[in-house]
Amino acid sequence: MDIKAKVTEIIIEELGVEAGEVTIEASFIEDLGADSLDTVELIMKFEEEFDIDIADEEAEKLTTVGKAIEYLEKQLS
Amino acid sequence: MKRLEEKVAIITGAARGIGFTIADVLAENGATSVIIDLDQEAVDLAVQQIDDKGNKAIGLAADVTNTEGIASVFKEINEKLGKIDILINNAGITKDGLLMKMKESDWDAVINVNLKGTFICTQKVCRYMMKKRSGAILNIASVIGLMGNAGQANYAASKGGIIALTKSSAKEFASRNIRVNAIAPGFIQTEMTDKLPQEIIDNYAAAIPLARMGTAKDVADLCLFLVSEEAGYITGQTIQVDGGLIM
Repeated sequence: MDIKAKVTEIIIEELGVEAGEVTIEASFIEDLGADSLDTVELIMKFEEEFDIDIADEEAEKLTTVGKAIEYLEKQLS
Repeated sequence: MKRLEEKVAIITGAARGIGFTIADVLAENGATSVIIDLDQEAVDLAVQQIDDKGNKAIGLAADVTNTEGIASVFKEINEKLGKIDILINNAGITKDGLLMKMKESDWDAVINVNLKGTFICTQKVCRYMMKKRSGAILNIASVIGLMGNAGQANYAASKGGIIALTKSSAKEFASRNIRVNAIAPGFIQTEMTDKLPQEIIDNYAAAIPLARMGTAKDVADLCLFLVSEEAGYITGQTIQVDGGLIM
């Protein structure tokens, strides 16, 4: 499974942003305009799509696109 | 067009009593009422009554204190009906007794169903509403949650808790256009109150400015307003329907 592509797709759908904006460095809140509810929804969507549990303390660290991809790749490998 | 045409409304504890009347009134106004209650047979009977009038209802047996069960039932409703517009957290119980002698199990049972059940259903429904950026949640509290009542410490605490939960969830969900309000019914005539001695009923009525007990319809009509678009600018409120009992 191409995790990076899937994550990008989820972010585009959940946050309603353009594909071009979803760069590795992009911060969900600062660059992609997410608010606190969006970030919770995003994490829940990751959990659902990838069938994993993401602990709250881990979720807090996933502030950028790159960090989310890296975390999910590690969990799913 | 009816006021709630095309709307999907879940009502918990709706097989009988106030909950059923709410489901009935919402269906009368065009909504598809989804009746949730513990007992499948009672649920089916309630659905049948609404169906007989040519209105829309479906029923599912579920326990509001069962997180997994509620999650799967809501998922099923969303899949079947395509969306969830309205949730009415009505399921509630009483286990009265003076605080000095109240069993811990009676405290827990009432808090679990009334307060935790409301939390669970709200949590499990909010995702569907957030996604579509609209929704109305209505929690059935009680005037007892505002004024307290001897012999009902557990019930009063659960209903007071519901009022505070209403305010917090209203604040959390407001940015997603989900309104959350509460209703505080006063002394309403139901199967539950029919069992009370006439003397007690008379005493209560004497304290009510409108000098009568309320009906389930009085409560349901307020529900109808609060979940409709006419109440689009109202959120986080607790509205009393109590004949002026407390002001």
